[in-house]
Amino acid sequence: MAEFQVNKTFAEINEKIKQGRAVVVTAEEMIDITREHGAVEAARKIDVVTTGTFGIMCSSGAFLNFGHSNPRMKAQKVYLNGVEAYAGLAAVDVYIGATQVKEDDPLNKVFPGRFRYGGGHVIEDLVAGREVQLQAISYGTDCYPRRSYERTMTLKDFPDAVLLNPRNAYQNYNCAVNFSKKTIYTYMGMIRPECSNANFSTAGQLSPLLNDPLYKTIGMGTRIFLGGGVGYVIGAGTQHNPGVRRSENGVVMGGAGTLAVKGDLKGMSSRFLRGASLTGYGCSLNVGIGIPIPILNEEMAQFTAVSDAEISVPVVDYGNDYPNMAGGPLAYVTYAQLKSGTITFDGREVVTAPLSSYSAALEIATILKEWIQSGQFLLGEAQETLPSVPFAGFPNLAKS
Amino acid sequence: MLKSRLRNASEIRSERTGSNNRPDRPCNWKGEHMASRNVLLIFKSSIMYKPVIYRLARDFDLVFNILEAKIMPRREGRLILELRGDDELMEKGIQFLRDHQVVVEPLKDRIRREEDYCVHCGACTGLCPTGALSLVRPELKVSFDVDKCVACGVCGLVCPFGAMKDITLFDPFAEGRTAAESGD
Ligand code: SF4
Ligand code: SF4
Repeated sequence: MAEFQVNKTFAEINEKIKQGRAVVVTAEEMIDITREHGAVEAARKIDVVTTGTFGIMCSSGAFLNFGHSNPRMKAQKVYLNGVEAYAGLAAVDVYIGATQVKEDDPLNKVFPGRFRYGGGHVIEDLVAGREVQLQAISYGTDCYPRRSYERTMTLKDFPDAVLLNPRNAYQNYNCAVNFSKKTIYTYMGMIRPECSNANFSTAGQLSPLLNDPLYKTIGMGTRIFLGGGVGYVIGAGTQHNPGVRRSENGVVMGGAGTLAVKGDLKGMSSRFLRGASLTGYGCSLNVGIGIPIPILNEEMAQFTAVSDAEISVPVVDYGNDYPNMAGGPLAYVTYAQLKSGTITFDGREVVTAPLSSYSAALEIATILKEWIQSGQFLLGEAQETLPSVPFAGFPNLAKS
Repeated sequence: MLKSRLRNASEIRSERTGSNNRPDRPCNWKGEHMASRNVLLIFKSSIMYKPVIYRLARDFDLVFNILEAKIMPRREGRLILELRGDDELMEKGIQFLRDHQVVVEPLKDRIRREEDYCVHCGACTGLCPTGALSLVRPELKVSFDVDKCVACGVCGLVCPFGAMKDITLFDPFAEGRTAAESGD
């Protein structure tokens, strides 16, 4: 009762990786391979397809344990370079969130605010090995008498530092325009009035969840490239919504699936974890993520062959519709059109610009490919899959 | 404080980028190559109202194009000019301005991209009015052509990583909307 013509398991692919025999390509390379040889043949040839993305991911942060002082202290409020970290945990555990803004920041009082330093920058500084000033205050207890503590620390002084992001790697997203009469400053960048420019943010054909649109291989336990180091998918991210409209190839036509990820901050690099300042909006963190997709069968080969021209992106008005939860997509454009630099929309040419770096995404996919080829990076089989929806299958891959 | 914008950014954009086949080096009417340079001129209050700029054309055969201007009455005037003409005469023209106490700074010297900070996201490319910052296809890296830059300051405002330095020429009050913004 073979469902597919090609059937491979994680264990078989991992065995090939260990022997250095696994055939690994990037999601960009996979497009032509599948086009040329067909999905069945591609599935026979290729074992793993690597993906990548490097964009602003606000739902990110790090758990830090800063070690006990003498005398001991149960930290109540903690600041790292003046940025508050959530301390409502055990004595010396905190969580620094990417969008937390430095205490004395003028915010949007002089509009648009610049938000020059925040939690994302603290994380970048730590990963880069730079010194960070820790300040903590407390009320004092019998077992934790100390009331205040200050220390200059670098990442290696923290007994534990774990990047733990509740929502990353959004599967597809909006293309933002502005039909209002004034320039707006959003998490999608600065958008000029009367639809004069359009911003988008996705790695498109390289994006992890667009290459496994129904989450058939990516789930809890998937080993990934995270911020330049190794991490894991620990489940669906917040707002994960598989029920978004899909085109025939199973690819979602708007923001849908998301991932929660985790990894040891100490193995990461500031090249792939970068603090970001979004004028008029706030602080954030650019996160680099790469996910390997095992080509278990011809269906996975077909999924990973998705190209920019086959990915539809909704155009959304951020001037009025988005903030007020009004209206729907104004139109759909493809990622290929967006990448060309202009879209024709509403009878006019609109200049487009990406917010997530395609060249960095490609670099991540290539690094991950090399890790796997070198035999060091084995695939983690999902212990639990993410909530998904049924898929009718590709018509060209009718099941026998 | 009076901010005047003689030409808005989108006009410059359409002129510069609308014709992508524009030769990199402009020609004069005889078809000879002319040098082109973007400069910032600062006029202190003492010389603000003296007629000097017209002499660039009269005495040095330079074509000048006013890209941006801001005059703070009785305090200071700032102009960004695109100068075109013969290389040697351009040097002489600039020297002439300096001799008349005009501060002349080539924009090239004031503006740069911090290469280590740039992640080639492209966020600046949709807003740069002159195409100085642009995506190079197919690899989608962002190139910065300082010769096309008119120091409008927009990239400094939108770059999430602070990669574009010293571009807010017209904003002595540092934060807030730049000159490029206010005219829109
Ligand atoms: S916005 Fe900044 S980081 Fe992004 S391409 Fe432009 S200069 Fe580089
Ligand atoms: S300052 Fe920046 S946005 Fe303005 S012209 Fe120069 S490069 Fe372009």
